[in-house]
Amino acid sequence: MSMTMTQKILAAHAGLESVSAGELILVDIDRVLGNDITSPVAIREFNNIGAKEVFDRDKVTMVMDHFAPNKDIKAAVQCKMCRDFCSEKEVTHFYDVGRMGIEHALLPEKGLVVAGDVVIGADSHTCTYGALGAFSTGVGSTDMACGMATGKAWFKVPSAIKFVLTGKLNKHVSGKDVILHIIGKIGVDGALYKSMEFVGEGVKSLTIYDRLTICNMAIEAGAKNGIFEADEEALAYIAEHSSRKPVVYTADADAEYDEVIEIDLSTIKSTVAFPHLPENTRTIDEVGEVVIDQVVIGSCTNGHYKDLEEAAMIIKGKKVAKNVRAIIIPATQDIYLKAMENGLLKIFIEAGCVVSTPTCGPCLGGYMGILAAGERAVATTNRNFVGRMGDVTSEVYLASPAVAAASAIAGKIADPAKV
Amino acid sequence: MIFTGKVLKYGDNVDTDVIIPARYLNTIDKKELASHCMEDIDKDFTKKVNAGDIMVAGANFGCGSSREHAPIAIKESGISLVIAESFARIFYRNSINIGLAILECPEAAKAICEGDEVEADLDKGIIYDKTTGEKFETKPFPKFIEKIINSGGLVEAIKNGEIK
Repeated sequence: MSMTMTQKILAAHAGLESVSAGELILVDIDRVLGNDITSPVAIREFNNIGAKEVFDRDKVTMVMDHFAPNKDIKAAVQCKMCRDFCSEKEVTHFYDVGRMGIEHALLPEKGLVVAGDVVIGADSHTCTYGALGAFSTGVGSTDMACGMATGKAWFKVPSAIKFVLTGKLNKHVSGKDVILHIIGKIGVDGALYKSMEFVGEGVKSLTIYDRLTICNMAIEAGAKNGIFEADEEALAYIAEHSSRKPVVYTADADAEYDEVIEIDLSTIKSTVAFPHLPENTRTIDEVGEVVIDQVVIGSCTNGHYKDLEEAAMIIKGKKVAKNVRAIIIPATQDIYLKAMENGLLKIFIEAGCVVSTPTCGPCLGGYMGILAAGERAVATTNRNFVGRMGDVTSEVYLASPAVAAASAIAGKIADPAKV
Repeated sequence: MIFTGKVLKYGDNVDTDVIIPARYLNTIDKKELASHCMEDIDKDFTKKVNAGDIMVAGANFGCGSSREHAPIAIKESGISLVIAESFARIFYRNSINIGLAILECPEAAKAICEGDEVEADLDKGIIYDKTTGEKFETKPFPKFIEKIINSGGLVEAIKNGEIK
């Protein structure tokens, strides 16, 4: 029976010859992930189960990134709960302040995910790792607890939408614009319960970081996962970061898809999602005059080195507009270090930006850049829901690092080609 | 299982950030989470809600973050059942996993109004609006999910050997 990429990975992990959409299966998982917000609930449930040990101490990962470095006493208590648990259970991959990064940038960098893996994470953006040819999806804390205890998770096998990419992106246009364009087209529930599978000759023109950003926001279209077939570029990235052997799955030529959507990358323009849904997209020439108070460049979506580099090239030698607070957040310690060594941090600081330690912080309205009533931010983050970055009357405009950098200079949403 | 209660109604795309804002995620205390439930979309929710009430909403309910704190806050606030046109997938599985009753039924979710008295039979998938007299039918859960729900959630299902 013909299968999609996702279905093949799931079948292999369920010990089945084949699976079909709608089937409920129990699969073996290669990695279970949690952060400082979701893990405490999972630890409570893990203890509830009565489990003594985690199923495999090398396959459990906890990253202190959301409210760490601890934003307040309660956050400190939650991080301590995770730290104590990982110490007691001898969890190998526990990432604390000084060694951590934003989880979905950190795991690929540490080589903890390879093509063909099944990864569950108690964080909705766990779908990021599809960029490496893995099946990865966000779950809740109870799933995380049961995953840590048993090494298994239940899934309904998803159907899929196939996105056939052609052409090549224009200058200043990146993976963020591609995924915002797609969400604008299909809506925030356009891929509900489904896989988004990205194929076509256009894929090879996308960097691994473009692909990570695209898969990261698959959840913003309601998808279960986003996935690219691991090509030479992906395999080279994996080989550089991991000693584990990837397994490449290719969809059958006659695999069934709910829908096939063709996208010519060369037609995509810089795109901005207006409040309060990621589907409220406008191309940069349709934006109009939107004066802003803050810019955030970072997050699991766009805190990669390439993102910072793109922003720095635009900001270099210029000054952040007087009305704007520009916050730059490298996603991991390694990215931070590389940005420092290559002079990016100097460019940012001289322009009047602040550079933060890795944290999810402002993306979810935690800390490090909260908005007051009526304030507006352009952010390279992933959600612009009501109150997401602060007061319920504040507004978040989602954009690429290039648009965010240009906007920081202009003091209003701006086209990177015109700054 | 049969639920009866007064309806609190919301629109489309109710996201987990408005169900429980992230600024309150520095705790796992269920009561504290419930005290901020729906705060950013309906600041009077905690005053209005009574034990057993039924929440009815539009499409894509619970979209956004994977925070299990969202269904926990709803359940702990006293809501007995959520009926929606559709649910975001992580919220859907989190609800099943923690034992918050949910039903997907577009017709019912559209027709039922704020304040209506509703009776819902989860096993049969029947929703009855006692205020208007309208009856709606929806698909009951697949067997596998039923096992988890009947066990009282995923943790209990593992404990009693339903899932190995």
